Amino acid sequence: MATDTRRKTPEEYLRECQAEEEASAASSQGRLKIFLGYASGVGKSFRMLDEARRRQERGQDVVVGAMQPQVPAEVEPLLRKLEVMPLKNAGGGTAIDVDALIFRHPTVCIIDGLAYDNPPGSRNPTRWQDVKDLIESGIQVVASINIQYICELREQVEAITGKHVDQTVPLAFIQSADEIEIVDAPPEEPLERSPDEQVQIKKRQERLSKLRELALVVTADIVDHQLNDYLERHGIRQHYGTHERILVCITPRANIQDMMATAQVIAKRFHGELVVAYVKQSDISAEDQSALDARFAIANAAGVHVEILEGGDPADTLLEFARSRDITQLFVGHSQRSGLARLKGSPLDKLIAEGHGMDVCVFPQ
Amino acid sequence: MGYAAGVGKTYKMLEEAQERKASGVDIVIGYFEPHGRKETIAKIDGLELIHRKVIRYRDSSFEEMDTDAILARHPEACVVDEFPHTNVPGSERGKRWEDVEILLAAGIDVLTTMNIQHLESLNDQVWQISGIRVRETVPDWVVEQADEVVMVDLTPRALLNRLQRGVVYEREKAEKALQNFFREQTLVALRELALRQTAHEVEHRMAGEETRPSPAETGFLGLRKRHKILVMVTANPKTAVAIRRAKRVSDFLGAECFAVAIQRTGDLSGLPALDRDAIERHLNFARNLHIETRILEGDDVAATLVDFGRRNEVTQIYITRPQKQKWLPFLDSDPARRVLDLAKDMLIVIVSDREPVTVH
Repeated sequence: MATDTRRKTPEEYLRECQAEEEASAASSQGRLKIFLGYASGVGKSFRMLDEARRRQERGQDVVVGAMQPQVPAEVEPLLRKLEVMPLKNAGGGTAIDVDALIFRHPTVCIIDGLAYDNPPGSRNPTRWQDVKDLIESGIQVVASINIQYICELREQVEAITGKHVDQTVPLAFIQSADEIEIVDAPPEEPLERSPDEQVQIKKRQERLSKLRELALVVTADIVDHQLNDYLERHGIRQHYGTHERILVCITPRANIQDMMATAQVIAKRFHGELVVAYVKQSDISAEDQSALDARFAIANAAGVHVEILEGGDPADTLLEFARSRDITQLFVGHSQRSGLARLKGSPLDKLIAEGHGMDVCVFPQ
Repeated sequence: MGYAAGVGKTYKMLEEAQERKASGVDIVIGYFEPHGRKETIAKIDGLELIHRKVIRYRDSSFEEMDTDAILARHPEACVVDEFPHTNVPGSERGKRWEDVEILLAAGIDVLTTMNIQHLESLNDQVWQISGIRVRETVPDWVVEQADEVVMVDLTPRALLNRLQRGVVYEREKAEKALQNFFREQTLVALRELALRQTAHEVEHRMAGEETRPSPAETGFLGLRKRHKILVMVTANPKTAVAIRRAKRVSDFLGAECFAVAIQRTGDLSGLPALDRDAIERHLNFARNLHIETRILEGDDVAATLVDFGRRNEVTQIYITRPQKQKWLPFLDSDPARRVLDLAKDMLIVIVSDREPVTVH
C-alpha cells in the first residue's frame, strides 16, 4: 500500500482540533441512536426494544419514554420487561414527560416514533425537540422513525404514496444522530387473492419498494457523511469511491448534451452525484466564450451548478478539484491534438495518467 | 446481505426460518456456521439440521454442506449459511453458491447470507477501501437471481462493541480482525456500499416497467438506443478491473456487454505461453460473469477493436490505462493510446486502477 506521509497543512490541524473539541463537548451529552424504517410494520419497534432488552441485560438503566399507541404482538413481551414512563396529558393531547424523564434520569430512554407535534402549552412544539432536551441533560436516546416523516423527503414520499404527512422531523436532526440503523425487510408477500385485489396488492408493493429504496439511499447518504466526517477528523485522505460521483468537464467544444445525458443516467442509476466544472482560461476568443455560455446554460437548465475553477495548469486544477470531491468518473472530450503535437502530452494524457481511482470517460467533441 | 462478520445476518436468517416454520413451512438447516455465538445458536432450537458431509483432503477432514442429503430430504425451504464459501477440493462443486443452484433447481427455496465484499463487481472497490483482495467472490448474476435481497444493518460502532465484548470472535481472532476489515472507516465505507447495493437490488426487482432504464433515458449521441459496452481484453493484469467495471456499469444501465481479445491469427495459438494464459484467464473470467466473449482476427489491435465497435453499434469502449513512459507521456504503440486516436467519434472509458492509497 502506498503511503504518503505528507505534512498536514495548518488548516487541517485546525480542523482536527475543532473536531476534537466538538467531540469532547459532545461526550458530556447523551447519545442519539435512530432506527429508520420505510413503512410501519417492518419491525422497527421490535428491533429497538430488542436492543433495549440487550442493554438492560448488560446492566444499563433503560426506561421507555414513548411507545406507539398500538404495539405489534411480538413487541408486547419485550415491553413488559421494561419500565415505561407514561405520556403526559396536556392541552387535549399527549407528549412525552420530559421533566419526569430528566428527574428519573435513566442511562437510556426509548422513544418509539419521533414525528409528533406536541399539544399547545407543552415544553417544546415537537417531540424531536423534547428528545434534544433529554440528550442535552445527558440521557442516551434510542428512537425510531419512518422516512415519510423526514421533512425534506416529504415531497418525494408524497409522490410515491399520494398521502400528505403533517408532522415531520428535520433531516438535520436525523443526521445529527451518533448512530443510525436501517430496519430493512421486503414487503410482505400477498396471499392468494382475486385478480382485482392482486392488482391493488401489486401497486401497494411497488409503492413500498420505492419507499424501501429511498430509505436505503437516504441511509447510505447519511453514512457517506459520517465517512467523510471520520476521515476528516482523523486527517485521512483516502479515495474510497463508495459513492459514484461524476465530474463533467466543460470546454468550448465539449458535446455537453451527450455528456450531460449520459452523466444524468449514470448518476440516477447509481444514486450518484453529478458535478460540472469549467477551468477558467485567460485569453479566450469571443467565439469560444459564446460557445461556453451556451454550454453553461445547458448545464444550468439541467439544474446543475457549474463550478468555475481557477489555476495554472488545467489538468492539475481539474485533478485537484476532482480529488477534493472524491470523484469516481471524469467526463471529458477527446483530445484535439494528433501526430507530432501530441508528443508534448495533452491535458487528457495527464488526466488519464494521474486520475487515480477515477475512470476517464472520453466523449466525442 | 451484510457488510461484515457479526452484524447479525445468520441470526436474522434463522429468525425468519423460525417464523416460516411456525407458519407451517417445511424448512431445514442445510448449513449453519455457529462461530460460537450463543444468541445465534439459540435460534436453531427446534429446526431440523441436515448433517454435514465429511470430506478428506490432504490427511485432514473437512465438513461441507451435504447437498445430496438435502435433495433426498427435499424440504420446502432450506437455510444455507455463508453463500460465497469455497468448498474443499474433492467436493462435487467448487462453490457453495453452485450447491445452492442445485437446490433451487430442485424446487427448494433457499435463505442464505453474504457480505457485500464478496460481490464480484465490487472487488476492486473493496480492495481500494480495505487494502484486502477478497478471493471468495460471487458473480453478480448469481445474486441477481435472488427473489429478495435484505440488508441486515448494524452500526459500525455497535459492531466494534460486539467485537470487543468477544461476541463475534474469540479474543485473539478479534484483535487480528481489528487490524483489517474491522477498522472503523473501513466498516463505514463497506456499510455504505452494502446500503447502495441493496437499494439497487430493490430497484432492480421492482415490478413496474417504468423503473427500468428506458431506451430514451440511456440515449447517447442523441440516438434513442440502449447502451452497448465493449471491453478490450489483453494480457495486462489490469484487464480484470476493466471487465468488472464494464460489467457493473452495464448491469446498472441495463446494457449489453461484450469482451473481445484481438490476435493476428484469430486465436491464441501464436502467443507466448504467459500471455496466452493471461488472456485465456481474462476471457474465462468475463464468461463467468456472463459476458459474451470473442477473439477477433486482426493485425492492428486498436483498429480491429474500433472497427468491431462501430459495426456492432457499441456505445462505450472500456480499456485499461496505457502504460506510462518516462520520456514520453505515452508510448504511441500502446493500444489504449491508439484507440483514443482512432475513435474520436466514440465514448472511450479508460478504467483507472483502484489501488488503495492512504495519504495522512
